Amino acid sequence: MGWFFNALNSSIGKKILMAITGICLMLFLIIHLVNNLSLFGGEQMFNNVVKNLDTIKPFIRVIELILLLVFVIHIFNGVRLWYENKKARPIKYKINAISKNTNIFSRTMIWSGSIIFIFLVFHLRTFWISFNLGHPLALSHNYYQIVVLAFQDPVYSIFYIVALIFLGFHLKHGFQSAFQTFGWNNKKYFPFIQKLGLIYTLVMVIGFMSIPIYFLFFYGGK
Amino acid sequence: MIKLDSKIPAGSLKDKWENHKFNMKLVSPANKRKYEIIIVGTGLAGASAAASLGELGYNVKVFTYHDSARRAHSIAAQGGINAAKNYQNDGDSVYRLFYDTIKGGDFRAREANVYRLAEISGNIIDQCVALGVPFAREYGGMLDNRSFGGTLVSRTFYAKGQTGQQLLLGAYSAMNRQIKLGKVKLYTRREMVDLVVVDGIARGIIVRNLVTGDIEKYSAHVVILATGGYSNVFFLSTNAINSNATAIWRAHKRGAAFANPCFTQIHPTCLPLHGEGQSKLTLMSESLRNDGRIWVSKFKGDIRHPNEIPEEERDYFLERKYPTYGNLSPRDISSRAAKEVVDEGRGAQGQEAVYLDFRDAIKRLGRKVIEERYGNLFEMYKTITGDDPYEVPMKIYPAPHYTMGGLWVDYNLMSTVPGLFVAGEANFSDHGANRLGASALMQGLADGYFILPYTVGNYLGSEKPTLVETDHPEFEKSKKEIQDFTNKLLSIKGKRTVDSFHKQLGRLMWDKVGMSRSAQGLKEAINQIRELREEFWRDVNVVGSANDLNQCLERAGRVADYLELGELMAIDALHRNESCGAHFRVEYQTEDGEALRNDEEYAYVAAWEFKEVGKWELNKEPLIFENVQLTTRSYK
Amino acid sequence: MNQRKLNLTLKIWRQPGPNSAGSFVEYKVSVSPDSSFLEMLDDLNNELESKNLEPIAFESDCREGICGTCGLVINGHPHGPIPKIATCQLHMRNFKDGDTIWVEPFRAKAFPVIKDLIVDRSALDRIMEAGGFISVNTGSAPDGNAIPIPKDVASEAMDSASCIGCGACVAACKNSSAMLFVGAKVSHLALLPQGQPERYIRVQAMVKKMDELGFGACSNTYACEAECPKGISIINIARLNREYIKSKLIADEV
Repeated sequence: MGWFFNALNSSIGKKILMAITGICLMLFLIIHLVNNLSLFGGEQMFNNVVKNLDTIKPFIRVIELILLLVFVIHIFNGVRLWYENKKARPIKYKINAISKNTNIFSRTMIWSGSIIFIFLVFHLRTFWISFNLGHPLALSHNYYQIVVLAFQDPVYSIFYIVALIFLGFHLKHGFQSAFQTFGWNNKKYFPFIQKLGLIYTLVMVIGFMSIPIYFLFFYGGK
Repeated sequence: MIKLDSKIPAGSLKDKWENHKFNMKLVSPANKRKYEIIIVGTGLAGASAAASLGELGYNVKVFTYHDSARRAHSIAAQGGINAAKNYQNDGDSVYRLFYDTIKGGDFRAREANVYRLAEISGNIIDQCVALGVPFAREYGGMLDNRSFGGTLVSRTFYAKGQTGQQLLLGAYSAMNRQIKLGKVKLYTRREMVDLVVVDGIARGIIVRNLVTGDIEKYSAHVVILATGGYSNVFFLSTNAINSNATAIWRAHKRGAAFANPCFTQIHPTCLPLHGEGQSKLTLMSESLRNDGRIWVSKFKGDIRHPNEIPEEERDYFLERKYPTYGNLSPRDISSRAAKEVVDEGRGAQGQEAVYLDFRDAIKRLGRKVIEERYGNLFEMYKTITGDDPYEVPMKIYPAPHYTMGGLWVDYNLMSTVPGLFVAGEANFSDHGANRLGASALMQGLADGYFILPYTVGNYLGSEKPTLVETDHPEFEKSKKEIQDFTNKLLSIKGKRTVDSFHKQLGRLMWDKVGMSRSAQGLKEAINQIRELREEFWRDVNVVGSANDLNQCLERAGRVADYLELGELMAIDALHRNESCGAHFRVEYQTEDGEALRNDEEYAYVAAWEFKEVGKWELNKEPLIFENVQLTTRSYK
Repeated sequence: MNQRKLNLTLKIWRQPGPNSAGSFVEYKVSVSPDSSFLEMLDDLNNELESKNLEPIAFESDCREGICGTCGLVINGHPHGPIPKIATCQLHMRNFKDGDTIWVEPFRAKAFPVIKDLIVDRSALDRIMEAGGFISVNTGSAPDGNAIPIPKDVASEAMDSASCIGCGACVAACKNSSAMLFVGAKVSHLALLPQGQPERYIRVQAMVKKMDELGFGACSNTYACEAECPKGISIINIARLNREYIKSKLIADEV
């Protein structure tokens, strides 16, 4: 297995690790979004979805552990790359045309990623901890109300929406970047991948954003 | 007086090289690793020699003044490389390539050398393909060819407009492999400043470390110079800014005869001068002449925009004067024809330039085809001049490009100093008085890949030279002289910059020792160069110190050498009372202005022996032609 | 020919040696629009020399965009603001009268400054020495037409091989990554049939050396492609990644 870890420790290996974990997380987002959209099916439907997931708890726990591992690797490896890459240019340019030769999404991955991380901490506290660690409403299987309460706080919702914009930044670059890292780039089909990445990003961002917007502005006959 | 023994092997032309290879002494594999070889220069000749000699097992040290071996000016050759493969089935053969080259050189090259070059040409292509050179291919996957000036067959192999780059990268990669294997050691940012000769044999070199300023000594059994040509004596040329004559010139001053210094080629298709501050002249590939038509107005002082000059008022002077070869006439003839019409006052819009027009080609082939063939060249033209050649004819003018002259070498490429070999443009060997397009790359690689590996072995095997250590008094003496030379330059503290001397010398050379020369002008030139040299040593200002990266000092040393070399070029041009190839003496021309050769008196190589600054002795190596008839070159 | 002159303010990085501190020095110049950027520096240097001041050290050689020697960061762009040209091909007609131009050396840990605007790019050669070649001895080659190569393959290999090794990709990359350079070199030989025998050894050896030399990793920002004077495509980086993954999965370790 020496060769395997050697490979992952090379500059290209580290990128591949980012790409693999990134793709896992992107797939997770799709499932997460599908589940979340059941909120629009009403209180009953959402509570049932969550209850159903509860019935396969051991499986969910395994998935969550894998997800945790993927997150940790993605974050740890990302920060490590950022730090090492910074060291590769000890003296900065006085004038840098970086805004002209790159797009904003690609050069801000560490910052969009950091904001997503902070968001994730709050997000887990609000929902995962509440759902799993004995929130009174969760004990009565009234998960829907937890969501309602959280999003009717405008500060929380706006923080949520802003964070999702940064998630969009991260996905916009990450999607096509993963393909490039795997070497799946070709002058014929790469433009298609870039478009697909844009569509994926928009669907994810608009999909997730629709929830706080709905509960903040439209829920309860507002 | 030096004895010039060309060492041409006996036998018929076809068998000479084969016989010679058999008769040469070999060095046993176990002994090869006991020999040290120094190579100066990493262009096509230097890099390919380093790779090939390293492969054989010798210990090779390679020196370049660049930061990387891949920067040598071979990289800038655009058009292609000739080889007698006859892949096109158009009647090419080794003999035809030999004949074209001898004739193109206006019968001033050795038959045996040129024949060997033609013989080897095919192997070069094979070797380069194997090294990964991405030559252009046809749809069937076979190598593609194009034609070039001075020939009627298609034998030029090319890699887009970057053939020199690709061939050099091939040789560079082969050398890199030997560096990895430890057989070649590369020294970058080192400029050779002296040759060390002990008991009449080349034993090593002195170099200046361009970063620290240290003067370093290196010894070896064999020294090979592959340091290119000296066109930069003209200041403005197509050569790179750093191309210089210092290595060969210092070797010349240590005893290596300098052959045919006046044979300098002026390339017909370069961008014209734009102003005083111009630092170099950019070459536009000669391949443009395949489809472009060269013309000027029929009227003197015609400053109309070229698109406003109607067809009947245009003079396609090359097509008119040389109907068979037309726009593909050899370089010297095309250059001189351009100068003629400009001297008549018919230059493009009154400038020192003629038009190279693609209007008809675009009409005939369509813009797309032209774009495919010359797209990058057209873009380059537009970047530099701001004009779009698809709409407006290009303006071109001749510029110094290549020097056929160089250090005298025998058939084995050894100079008059035993142990000192010279390869590529730095030697004088194969091109006579004029070089055909796409032949420089061929010669550089022939010397490095296929000739030196044999002849260097023969020298080592037969002479068994010993290694002189670098603490030998001669090394110390050379080092001291170089330090004194440097200190002298730095201590003058005069008023004029190094560049101002170089520019003044360049203008003088271009006017009087350039495309056409007269006895009167050459005599003036000799005096003026001497005066300029004296002024240089009295009034130059070299800024900075000797113990640092000092580009001003680097240039000063090179210009000091040009100021001596320039004089020798003029002396050589003056002594050669004939016109041949690129050497055109106005006194010797036919009634219709063509070069008038004098085979009776001047069918020899003029090898100049250095006596002291400003004083040389002429040695003649007669050229004997047993296989070709000396004819008047006609491209009509 | 243009008679009008441009008056410009240059802010040029001066640094006496590798271990000394550097700073920007301001120069006022008046230059013809037909002049090239480097000719402007030549003129300035001549002026400095005639005042007995040390000229600005900068490198250049062929001055026609092929040798890769020149390389300045001009207003934040390696090789200046015009795409697909080297510094030596940049002409002053692309600037406006009164402009201020910042000139810096390439900056990367792997490219230490030697003096003023000159940096040491020999790291690129070290990568090439590690494996950027085909092992074939002189004299052992078969006929050039023995192995047919499809026209488009030859042409694609040529596109990769047209890299001039100037290091602008490293200079442009926010991570000082050499992936475009290495990608182009690996691609050139991986595309050709002649390069197949050493295909996997080569890519592993070159990447290993690249990592040792202190270049950063690729973040796929594609600044390298945008600034490359020869327009080398990032498809070469994708191919490098692919070759590397494949070599690690199926070939022997280097």
